[in-house]
Amino acid sequence: MFGKRLPQPAILVLVVLACVCGARARASDDRTAPLTMQEVAAGIYVHTGAHEEPAAANRGDVANIGFIVGKRCVAVIDTGASLAVGQALRAALRAVTPLPVCFVINTHVHPDHILGNAAFRDEHPAFVGHAKLPAAMAAKGPIYQRALAREIGAAAEGSDLIAPGQTVVERSELDLGDRVLELRAWKTAHTDNDLTVFDRTTGTLWLSDLLFAERIPVLDGSIRGWLAAIDELSALPARHVVPGHGSPNLQWPQAMAPQQVYLATLAADIRRALANGQSLARTVETAAGTERGKWLLFDQYNRRNAAAAFAELEWE
Amino acid sequence: MNAVLKVCLACAVLMSGAQAQGEPRKASPAETAAIETSEIWAKVRTQLFGQRKIDPNADSLIEFDVPVRAEDAAIVPVAMRTRIIATPERFVSKLYLIIDKNPSPISAIFSFTPESGRADIETRVRVEEYTPIRAIAELNTGELYMAARFIKASGGCSAPAGKDAEAALANVGKIRLRVDREVRFNEPNLVQLMVSHPNTSGLAMDQLTRLYAPAYYVRSVAVSYGGKPVFSADVDFSISENPHFRFYFMPRAAGELKAEVIDTRDKSFVASLAVGERSASAATDAR
Repeated sequence: MFGKRLPQPAILVLVVLACVCGARARASDDRTAPLTMQEVAAGIYVHTGAHEEPAAANRGDVANIGFIVGKRCVAVIDTGASLAVGQALRAALRAVTPLPVCFVINTHVHPDHILGNAAFRDEHPAFVGHAKLPAAMAAKGPIYQRALAREIGAAAEGSDLIAPGQTVVERSELDLGDRVLELRAWKTAHTDNDLTVFDRTTGTLWLSDLLFAERIPVLDGSIRGWLAAIDELSALPARHVVPGHGSPNLQWPQAMAPQQVYLATLAADIRRALANGQSLARTVETAAGTERGKWLLFDQYNRRNAAAAFAELEWE
Repeated sequence: MNAVLKVCLACAVLMSGAQAQGEPRKASPAETAAIETSEIWAKVRTQLFGQRKIDPNADSLIEFDVPVRAEDAAIVPVAMRTRIIATPERFVSKLYLIIDKNPSPISAIFSFTPESGRADIETRVRVEEYTPIRAIAELNTGELYMAARFIKASGGCSAPAGKDAEAALANVGKIRLRVDREVRFNEPNLVQLMVSHPNTSGLAMDQLTRLYAPAYYVRSVAVSYGGKPVFSADVDFSISENPHFRFYFMPRAAGELKAEVIDTRDKSFVASLAVGERSASAATDAR
């Protein structure tokens, strides 16, 4: 229907417009545009979240989430901080495969990983999590939902809590058809409900928030537990690892070192403060100060981590 | 399409950086309005103090130290330090801690005597919403003074619930009473009281069973020295898991420092510490 001899710049403009409009049209049809995904290993797709706090502009797209495609079906691993992010992940999944989603795995209770669950509800997957995830969702979920509404406004609507129907006490396996995922439930570390996923086929270890890259780790479980888990995790052979935040293209196990140093420094500084009878309020101002500059979002989370670690270590 | 989305993400506004911390900060006009027009405070005020006059300029009398933001909603350090020297004639007899938007706004009532030496208290509270937070000092003469601040809630993954529910329940009732430095007679000495307790509100509903967990928290603390009260507290689940209190006592001679903590199941946890003729042992744990 267009003339045959449009000048080239005009064609370029039209192509760009078509792309943009196509994106818009698709977005309004599916009510969302797909997330950008990276295939980090065969059949393993990861979306890298922004190193930001959840806000209206990012809809809560601040964590690494993705999916693993088997011969029979797909396992989604974490769903983002809102229904909108979950829907964008689902759109990305549908751009890759028509296979059904048989599992939605939640790696832990944090809202940036679970509040997109509702996007997958009508595919009727099994929702899978750590045995302690349901209790943590009950205790914290409604607070996370209120915080999300504060942070991203109306876009938070529909970000329902969906507790796992299938839980893991220690270890479990999920078969996606010619592809077995090994799930492992950890003792209290980043949270009290951390779950890792290992794909035997590609040797990919999905660590989620047991590993933070670039961005400061967030302590919401046990600093001693996390340091112990780091020792154990670092000894696991993996060809690829997926952190909960930061680049999914990392050297293993070297990628664990900065986080180990941060947590060990924090613990050492706090033990010293405790030995001196220093109060929590004073300690959080200085603990792990030598790590500032090594991490994104340091000032948003370091004091918080220090408070949590202090409250734990004072009972040693 | 991906590129389009990427551009959008790239446009995302970066959240502001560090919060000013530590130093007391002037409340913004909106925060001042929230402090002054709080309906919850109007009710609490009437309930606790009736029509008695409250001097709103307590900063000369109380140093009220709260962070600008509740970084970890479960562990927000709060300190109230009074600036008057206690004498039997004039001393701070009570400090009230009010957190307007908490499920139970009257979070703690601390009582002191001349044996306290100093009416100072440091503890940790839960703060989930943006809220005014108030310290009210009551003198034995009946005078009332209030210092108020505004505290911002944290977002994201911060929640007032504890970090490891199972561990918290397993350790219920461990109690530690300690004096870190050598005790000096006739002057205020710092004491730390730590109680291992989940201190849960019972407000979290299990999404599967639709049932509420029962509330289970420490409701009172009473500390005496040589049989005379030095510090007591009426508290509830606004206090963080593993309730922690730092306060003072003023020994005049050797004696026994004793703390008794009672929770909502009427369980009593007791710790005591012998304070010797010359000095107390450092960091003595009573369990």
